[in-house]
Amino acid sequence: MSVETAAPATRGPLIYRQSIWTRVTHWIWAICLFFLLLSGLQIFNAHPSLYIGQQSGFEFDNAVLSMSAINTDAGPRGRTTILGQQFDTTGVFGMSGSADRPQFQGFPGAATIPSYRDLGTGRVVHFFFGWVFVLTMFVWFLASFFNRHIWRDIIVKPRDVAGLPKDIVDHATLRFHHGRSYTPLQKVAYFGVFFILFPLIIATGLTMSPGMDSMFPWLLDIFQGRQTARTIHFITMALLVGFFIIHIIMVIIANPFNELRSMITGWYRASPGTPLNEGDKP
Amino acid sequence: MSRIITRRGLLGLGAAAGSSLILSGCDQFDFLGQRGGAARTFLEQANVMTYKAQRLLIGEQTLAREYAPSEIRQGQRPNGSTDPTTPEYLALKANNFADYKLTVTGMVEQEVSFSLDELRNMPARSQITRHDCVEGWSCIAKWTGTPLGPILDMAKVKPQARFAVYHCYDNIEKTLSGDIIYYTSSDLIDAHHPQSILSYGLNDQVLPVSNGAPIRLRIERALGYKQPKFLHTIELVDDLSPFGKGKGGYWEDTGYDWYGGI
Repeated sequence: MSVETAAPATRGPLIYRQSIWTRVTHWIWAICLFFLLLSGLQIFNAHPSLYIGQQSGFEFDNAVLSMSAINTDAGPRGRTTILGQQFDTTGVFGMSGSADRPQFQGFPGAATIPSYRDLGTGRVVHFFFGWVFVLTMFVWFLASFFNRHIWRDIIVKPRDVAGLPKDIVDHATLRFHHGRSYTPLQKVAYFGVFFILFPLIIATGLTMSPGMDSMFPWLLDIFQGRQTARTIHFITMALLVGFFIIHIIMVIIANPFNELRSMITGWYRASPGTPLNEGDKP
Repeated sequence: MSRIITRRGLLGLGAAAGSSLILSGCDQFDFLGQRGGAARTFLEQANVMTYKAQRLLIGEQTLAREYAPSEIRQGQRPNGSTDPTTPEYLALKANNFADYKLTVTGMVEQEVSFSLDELRNMPARSQITRHDCVEGWSCIAKWTGTPLGPILDMAKVKPQARFAVYHCYDNIEKTLSGDIIYYTSSDLIDAHHPQSILSYGLNDQVLPVSNGAPIRLRIERALGYKQPKFLHTIELVDDLSPFGKGKGGYWEDTGYDWYGGI
């Protein structure tokens, strides 16, 4: 009894927060996104330009992003053009590698699978993990619908919207509250990933398949062309990388041990004052 | 207590392994590029799944999108072989392809051959379609030719035939041990598809050499490497292993997926 009265003052209860479905799909996705990103950059390097429209302009200009190596008086340089603005990106985009062994390619070899130019292998890896990614998403949606994870933790409800300003202030001042469910900002982030970014990156990926385009020609209409879809696929990738970076920073700031444990064992140490429920451990 | 320490240690180990995976570049995954390797062969099964899924879901006659003439905004970008130098091809080209023959052979009841004029006098189809290169770019052009399906029907494809192998004139690669000649193949669904035409016209002009003169096969629901240029023979077979390195095409032999619909 004395333990139970003392405990809330120092730490909250250990709650079973993440179901086995959430945890397993989380780690499968982590592996998938790693391989999809690096093989995707390999595929991008085969033609490191992005366009708006049905086709790629070779005799007209509809490019929005382009990476290339150019010759200057000072030797070769890497150049990235975004919406007509040119940037010298030597060492990263367009041209990378060491001075004696420069690589003239979009993204550097350290960011691609394989590290050398091999479009065939990039495609094999990309499509394998694309299948795993999509099948895992199917499993997640089914499980999370039936165990109410989506409704409880992902769908942004009016009271989450109302709590958003306070949660933004809390996050900005690093005052984290560890409850049974996610905070409003977390819900907005996860909702965006599951219901916007994941469907978008899958749909734009399918739009690049000439086979799928024959079956679902409306894909070409909603994205305004295969090349626009390719551009959106790339932008969505960048947003997911942004999500990943913030996700990792938040885990590290919040308490990496507690956060990692909850995503491996399911058990999560909630904030002091969190009321005990049946099944919780002190 | 010891259980918690073990868990803590495990978590730390996992985090360390995870971050080193991200930070150390990726040459440790270069083994995935080894053709015939166990990991590579396993990952390639996803391409078999893609092929089966698309064949299951997409109707055999479902058409690729055809575009309005206003979408033709540039010439068809030439890629791959643009000027073959094999003696057979140079001889044909010198004579403006007057001696050209397209032959359908292999597992057919009756081998057939057609001259360029004969092909041009057959029922024609024109289609404005999008050419998608495996590299990622697309280009819209108008292709005119005669559908392949009726020609295969004239040759009467035997029931045991499973694939059509497309033999071409171009030496796509010159090596010390001789030229490597382009070829590719498709299943009979793609071969019989209504948009699969033996094209001799491009954007209302005679098909130029850089785009595959005199005949280029269009398989519109697949990527550019499934659109063989400088085509001369279509061989019906039940096995792709005797050709090239056995993967069903020049690019397929180098590691591209055989189906090419994605």
